[in-house]
Amino acid sequence: MLSDLSGWAIAVVAVLGALSVAAGVAVFVVDSMARATFALLASFLAVAGVLLVLDLVYLAVVTALMMTMEMAIMAVFMIMFMMNPAGLMPMTMVHNAKGSAVVGAGAFVVLTVGIWTIDWPTRNPERPADSTRQLGEAIMGSHMLVMLVIGIALFATILAGTVLATARGRYDRFGAGLTAKRPDDPVPGGLRR
Amino acid sequence: MPEQTLAEAWGLVPAVLGIVAVGLVLGVVVAVVDRIVVFGASGAAVEPIRSSARLLVEQRRTTLAPDRLLWRTGCVAVPTLALLSLAVVPVAGRTLWSTGADLVWFNAMEALLWAAVWLVGWGPNAVHALTGGYRFLGQGLAYELPLMFALITAGLAAGSLRTTDVLAAQERLWFVVTMPVAFVVFVASAAAFAFWGPFAAPAAADIAGGVTSELSGVDRLLVEAGRTVFLGASAAMAAALFLGGESGPWLPGPLWHLLKTLAVVAALVWVGRRMPVLRPDRTVEVGWMVLVPLTLLQALVVAVLVLNGFYA
Amino acid sequence: MTAEVVLQIVLTIAAGLIGVGLYGALSQQTIVMVMMGLELVLNGVLLAGGAAWYFLAPELPDAQMLVVVALVVMAVEMAMGFAVTVAFYRARQLDMIDMASDLRG
Repeated sequence: MLSDLSGWAIAVVAVLGALSVAAGVAVFVVDSMARATFALLASFLAVAGVLLVLDLVYLAVVTALMMTMEMAIMAVFMIMFMMNPAGLMPMTMVHNAKGSAVVGAGAFVVLTVGIWTIDWPTRNPERPADSTRQLGEAIMGSHMLVMLVIGIALFATILAGTVLATARGRYDRFGAGLTAKRPDDPVPGGLRR
Repeated sequence: MPEQTLAEAWGLVPAVLGIVAVGLVLGVVVAVVDRIVVFGASGAAVEPIRSSARLLVEQRRTTLAPDRLLWRTGCVAVPTLALLSLAVVPVAGRTLWSTGADLVWFNAMEALLWAAVWLVGWGPNAVHALTGGYRFLGQGLAYELPLMFALITAGLAAGSLRTTDVLAAQERLWFVVTMPVAFVVFVASAAAFAFWGPFAAPAAADIAGGVTSELSGVDRLLVEAGRTVFLGASAAMAAALFLGGESGPWLPGPLWHLLKTLAVVAALVWVGRRMPVLRPDRTVEVGWMVLVPLTLLQALVVAVLVLNGFYA
Repeated sequence: MTAEVVLQIVLTIAAGLIGVGLYGALSQQTIVMVMMGLELVLNGVLLAGGAAWYFLAPELPDAQMLVVVALVVMAVEMAMGFAVTVAFYRARQLDMIDMASDLRG
């Protein structure tokens, strides 16, 4: 069966794919942490572009949206924690580089051999008119359990993340007897409580 | 797909050029209205064009050890994203391109602005600029969720994420009647992601202009143009999503949309210029404790109305 | 080009992303860089999931759900990673995983 992607679309997929891998390599090559973060973002955006060509508009756009925010926040953490955020003094921060390279290359080779030797099913599947509607109906219908589990997992993540990241508990905010009327916070916040 | 997109109707290149022209005109309109509100009417129509021309020929300043690649990327990205967000805003009843997820596309372009503005702040290797970038991210965390809920409320009532479907669903009743909170939150968020008016803390005077402090020449023009085009595009989007877009008596549809867009721009500038700049450390708590519950409640009301067949 | 070859090209790109990400996750010393490696692996999963949907089973939403789950895994990984980094930095002023080897069970 011939692909129903046009020649242009296939070319776009190939170029964006190469770009995503190149940006992924750049993440671990460049010295500047800001550049590494935004190289990773470029990789995500290239993958989002491929998804767009593959008719998955919603997933492509959501990938771009979520990953941009993640990377913007990640850049903040990079600058906060790393010794050399702007890469003005090049340094290498790796361990076991050779072993890691072997594992990475090995995984790639195993996967590629599998991809090119498997006899993929070729048939003429029926395409939905709107992939977004298909996903929405699955989330609210046949696959609702997945969404419920995701919701609980994200809620647990919010709680666990806050507990781990904050150093102050209620006794720091309201005093040893929890008697203070107003919490003693380093940043007062917008609401006068 | 019942309707054609602009790209199908006019051909891809003319449609893209048309949208770019619409975006630039909207940007100039916002700048002119802003000037009229701040300084009065004299010379307001030529001033944006005159200052743009001056910035075009101005020589660039630079700083010590800037990250040029990221800086330029950020500066170019701001107006590009503003124009890309216009791709799903209906112009003359059609969008440049129509997908199953137009509203999310608009939201994603605005999210990409986080990266672009932060880069504009990071690039020059300067304290005030980077502080401005951080302030933008802080504000972003505050307005992003209310903005998402406001957008999705309009999609919920229309039963579709396609902007043209949202337009079609408002033939009987403008959405602003049943979702005033979403409308106000959307317009306020537009000011926030253009870091303009009361949300101008990322570019405020107390940090010497923040993200814009080290910009000069073409770079400054790109970023400032991007901000105003974003404001104009959001006003057009607000008119389309909540004010019925092209619906109205006597006049032709596109003119109605233009009038409504102008009204939103005028109201936004008139109110925004009369408010003090909000402190960025105060926005997150207000966003999460007040606006998120409010917009969720708004979505709940609309959902109940949808179930009762109110919009059908 | 047949659909099968296009599918194989896209999956090879995804495998490339997974390989590069694995290298990064295993070789980097700072927690934030390790997270970036993991994100790159998940990026490959996103791509493979999208390709599987388009070329193998577009009539079923399952592959799309897989991509959604991968996106959520990314979000959870980022949030927990940053929380652990903050807690670790607060306790020891360090952000290197080599300094945390005493935490091994």
